This record gives sequence, structure tokens and C-alpha cells, in this order.
Amino acid sequence: MERVLMKGNEIIGEAAIQAGCKLFFGYPITPSTEVIEYLSANLPPKGGTVLQAEDEIGAINMCYGAACTGNRVLTASSSPGISLKQEGISFAAAVELPMVLVNVNRCGPGLGGLGPAQSDYFQSTKGGGHGDYRLIVLAPSKAQELYDYTMEAFDLADQYRNPVMVHTDGFLGQTMEPVVLKERPQAPDVNKDWIVTGAKNREKRILASYSLTNEVGEANNIAWENKYKEIQDKEQRWESFHTEDAEYLLVSYGTTGRICKSTVLNARKKGIKLGLIRPITLWPFPEKGIKPLLNQIKGILTVELNTGQMIEDVKLAAECKVPVKLYRRQGGMLPTEDEILENLEKIFQPEESGEVRN
Amino acid sequence: MKKVFERTKGLSDAHFTFCPGCTHGTIMRLIAEVMDELNIIEDTIGVSPVGCAGFCQDFFTCDFVGAAHGRAQAVGTGIKRSLPDKMVFTYQGDGDIAAIGTQHAIHCAARGEKITSIMVNNAIYGMTGGQMAPTTLEGMKTTTSPYGRDPISVGMPMDFPKIIANIPGAVYVASVSVDSPKNINKAKKAIKKAFQVQQAGLGFALVSVLSTCPTNWGLSPVDSLKWLRENMLPIYELGELKETEEVKSL
Amino acid sequence: MPKAIVLEKYCKSCRLCVDICPMKIMSITEKTNERGYFVATCIDQDKCTGCTLCATVCPDVAIEVYK
Repeated sequence: MERVLMKGNEIIGEAAIQAGCKLFFGYPITPSTEVIEYLSANLPPKGGTVLQAEDEIGAINMCYGAACTGNRVLTASSSPGISLKQEGISFAAAVELPMVLVNVNRCGPGLGGLGPAQSDYFQSTKGGGHGDYRLIVLAPSKAQELYDYTMEAFDLADQYRNPVMVHTDGFLGQTMEPVVLKERPQAPDVNKDWIVTGAKNREKRILASYSLTNEVGEANNIAWENKYKEIQDKEQRWESFHTEDAEYLLVSYGTTGRICKSTVLNARKKGIKLGLIRPITLWPFPEKGIKPLLNQIKGILTVELNTGQMIEDVKLAAECKVPVKLYRRQGGMLPTEDEILENLEKIFQPEESGEVRN
Repeated sequence: MKKVFERTKGLSDAHFTFCPGCTHGTIMRLIAEVMDELNIIEDTIGVSPVGCAGFCQDFFTCDFVGAAHGRAQAVGTGIKRSLPDKMVFTYQGDGDIAAIGTQHAIHCAARGEKITSIMVNNAIYGMTGGQMAPTTLEGMKTTTSPYGRDPISVGMPMDFPKIIANIPGAVYVASVSVDSPKNINKAKKAIKKAFQVQQAGLGFALVSVLSTCPTNWGLSPVDSLKWLRENMLPIYELGELKETEEVKSL
Repeated sequence: MPKAIVLEKYCKSCRLCVDICPMKIMSITEKTNERGYFVATCIDQDKCTGCTLCATVCPDVAIEVYK
């Protein structure tokens, strides 16, 4: 298998092609633009379609239309652009359309800046648009995961008939790293007897989310709720790093999840039994990764690039059994591995008993 | 004795949920008959909007996708780009296409998107109960212009098909009315041509249809048609506003 | 003989057929359909010319015409 050096956003584009994505609709916005650029150059020669829409609202609704026909479709944008797409994402969730959305996060509210941030965690995991729906949200922390998770996002979208978001940032999107361009794994065998392709030799189909009958409305919501519960049950994913004997735990994803691995190794050199849970699915949040550790750990530090968003889910998972604290940088700034450790030590004052060999 | 007028198989058995006398039903009949005559019912995917027009998804016998308010042409674009061999049409009210969805309408035309759009202009927002539309006439009273549309504050009504006709990618733009049998027949011809333009892959086609809203105009269905003739026809010029040479030779 | 048949379940009593009929033979009756509308009917089929104007203007596609 080929190992190549590619920019993060281009890796997303290549993964989409490998996953059999047929259509891309988008609108340029830094720091996600290389996705549409890469696909503009590389998808049409393979028989796919790339269309630069009039705006983000147009792009997401084009995805909505294409998804109704059963073809794999992708859009990519960055925070303000994702805000514009929220109406369409809500509609796609309601019609249960498989599609993949990439948010290469910018920082801050408003136009904000381009540096790495996780300020859209709430937007990605708590609905974002109107109504009561959930996206499956995957958070890569390195180039290979950008590739692997993007490919898998298409399968999950098809499997659950639900939009799936790849939640990344400008640091990962703009960095060149080696990646192995694996072949597409076997796509799941999914039922497509709901798509619209013209009512030939069958009853007509309507794909819409309009219901003025409250009884129907409630039944729809219960059906969606059951699907979300199934996803929560089956699809929580995380990476455990030195958690077996951990007395303290970092919880961090994406770019900071990657930095936190160094923090864990440095802490262990100082004799602090530190571990890391790196959520891979932000929704469903991997509480199953945290709960079994609650009886052995003395404190949890979430490391985030926002004012503290994921910490709310970590606290729910911790069930008030251990203190959960936050260390965060914002506005495009990244913490160093040392400053994370310094803050962990300041907050929890762990005993340092010589190097832990584990 | 033979049937010279019957319900087309382009329409389902469902009764229209519109108010009595609302000409949405007439326009939908024309579209359904055109689809039947062109033998494309099984190859067509309609896109329904938000507003009274949104109910249309229940009345046709072709596949349908329901769009968010104003997004029908973006959704139609996605369907057409995914299935270029299928026929795609949008059915939208004046508020949907000429207010909240203006950007999609203009760029759909600019791209020469090979879809057909039907715009229903009744100069008012019907579903929400009679608010001002981009097409509301000067001085016309609505619940959000209770003293009459004031051009100094909110501008003059938009003649939307004329705006679209200026865009190169729009190859066929017609403005028609369903106020009389003669105009209804002309409207059908325009709708048919707009579908044929798509079949021939020539570009974007728009048919704007002047329609009534007896309930929110506060008039009887018969008086509504009279009001349309006396007040809307002088403002919204009827006719084929744009027809490229290729379309003419169809 | 030409005739105009009203499909009663679709009729909404809007009177557009009554207004347009050149022979003035369409009328709203006292009979109601399942939705409570007084339905239109042709009150003098002998005079019907089968011109289809009533069906053309009917916004509920509730009239069929034979000729």
C-alpha cells in the first residue's frame, strides 16, 4: 500500500474518492478550501461531480438532493460556513439522509480566526440546527485518521441513514503528514429501497419531513430517538492510552488529543500515573471509555480549545464520582505538552514517585 | 361518446387541500397533464417547497423530495447532478423563489441548470395567513402591510421572471396566468415547453404563473379571478419573456 | 349527447364552473359531499355542448366531460 505525504484537507478529499463518493458540493472557506480544490481536480476525472455552489446553504441543499438519490455525497466547510449549513443539516437528519460533512474548525465566534480550535463542539454534537437530532461526529487526530475516519464516515452514514460529521481543525487540515492510502474496505450492504430515482414499476416515494399531525410527529421523533439510542449503544469509539493503572486522566480529542499523548508520557517519567481517553466519536460521546475507570482515578482534566464544552459530557460520564477540571487554550492557540502537565499538577497535586514503567 | 376531459394519471386520487377556488390546483393539473403527455411521470422527480405549494408532493404521481423554504432549486440541482438522465422540476410560491430562495433561483439560472421551475405568483404569503410577498402590489393590504404596500419603505413589487430572463443560462422564461380558459391553455403550452427544454438539455427554464388567493385576498373565487385580471395583469406582463433560438426550434 | 359530470368528492363549491359556463347550466346544489361542501352539478345536461370550459377552470379537477 502506498505511503504518501499529503496535506490533511487533501487526504479528506482522497479518502472520499476512495470511499466511492460521487458528488461534492461546497463553497470555499479557509481553512477547509483544499478539500474542494483537491476534489475539483481529482473527482471529475473519475466520473464524479464537483459543484461550487452559490453559498453554503446552496451547497448543503444540493447534498440533500443528491443524497435523496442514493449516491454518496460530501461537503466540507469551516465554522461560519457550517453555521450556514445548519438548516439543511437539520432537514437531512429529519429525512434520514446519508451524507458526510467535514468541519475544519475555525476559532472563535463570528468570523474568528484560522488557528486550531474546538469551539464548534456543541454545534457538532448537540444538534447545531433546529429540532432534536444528532449527527455521528468523528474526530481525527492525525493524517491517517483523517483518511480512515472519512472513509468510515460514508459507511456509517449509509448504515444508519444519518449525516456524519468529520470534526477537525486548521492544524490537521493544513499539516502535511505521511498517510497510507488504503483500499476501500468492504462497504456495508445497505437497504436503498427508500431513494428517489423516478417511480418506475413501484409506488411513488416522497422524501420530506413535513408533518402537521402531532401523532405522526411524535411517532417520527420516537423512531429517530430509537436510532440515536442504537448508535449510542453500538458506535461509541475512543482510544485508551495508558489508562490501565491511571490515577489521573486526561480527556482530549483531535489536535489536543494528540498533544496529550506526549503529556501522558512525560508525566509517567515523573512518576505520575496519568492516562488519556481520546474520544474518536464526539457523538455518541464515549462514556463507556470513562465509566470503568471511575473507581481507580482521582481526577480528570479535559483539555480543549474552547471555553470548556466537552467537559460537560465528561462530567456526565463521571457521575460526580471524581473531580473534572478544564485546561483550555482559545482563539487559535495550542497548549504545549508541558503546560498541560503543569496545570494538571497545579490542579490535582499528584504524588510523584519516580518513573512509572508502563 | 368519449371522455374529452378527465383527471390525468399525473395526479393522485387525493383531493387538493387548498382553499376553495385557489388556482394552485389548476396549475398542478397542467403540470400533471404535461408530464403525462410527455410520458415522463416515471422519470420525473419533483421538488416541493414550503408554503401552500408544499402540499403538491401529495398530489402528483411522480417521486417527490420536500425542500426547506427557498431551497428547492438547490435541492433540484443536487438531484439533477446526481441523476442527469431524470427530469427534475421545482414547484414554488413567490415567497419561496423570489424572497427566501432568491440566491438559489438566480444561480440555478446562471448555471443553466437543466431543471424546470414553476413559480406561482399570487402576490401574497398564503400558508402563513396573508403576509406581504415580494410580489405584493403597490398599495395592496396584507397583514404585514396593513396600510397598503408602501414603496418608499419596502420598494416596488418584483417582476421576478424578468430578472431571471436577463440571465444567460435561463433559456426559456414565460409569464402566464390561469385566470381564464384561454390563459390556462397558454399556461399549459408554456409549462410543456419548459419541460421540453429540459428534455433537450438546453438549460434552465422558468414559468411564472399568476394565481389567486381568495382566502387571503378576502374575495370570492370568482371575484379573485377578476381582481387578478384588473390588478395583476397590468403589472406582470404575460408572454414568453425569453426564448433562445434553440428553444424556438424545438 | 355531451355531458359534464362532477366528481363530487373533489368539489369545493367555488362556483368557478357556474360563472364560466356559457349555457348557464352549472349550479351549486343543496347536496353536500363528505367534506361538507355543497357540490356543483350540471342541472340541464341536454343543453351541455361539451365545451370543457367548466373542467378547464375547475381548480380541483372535479369535472369530467364527455362528448
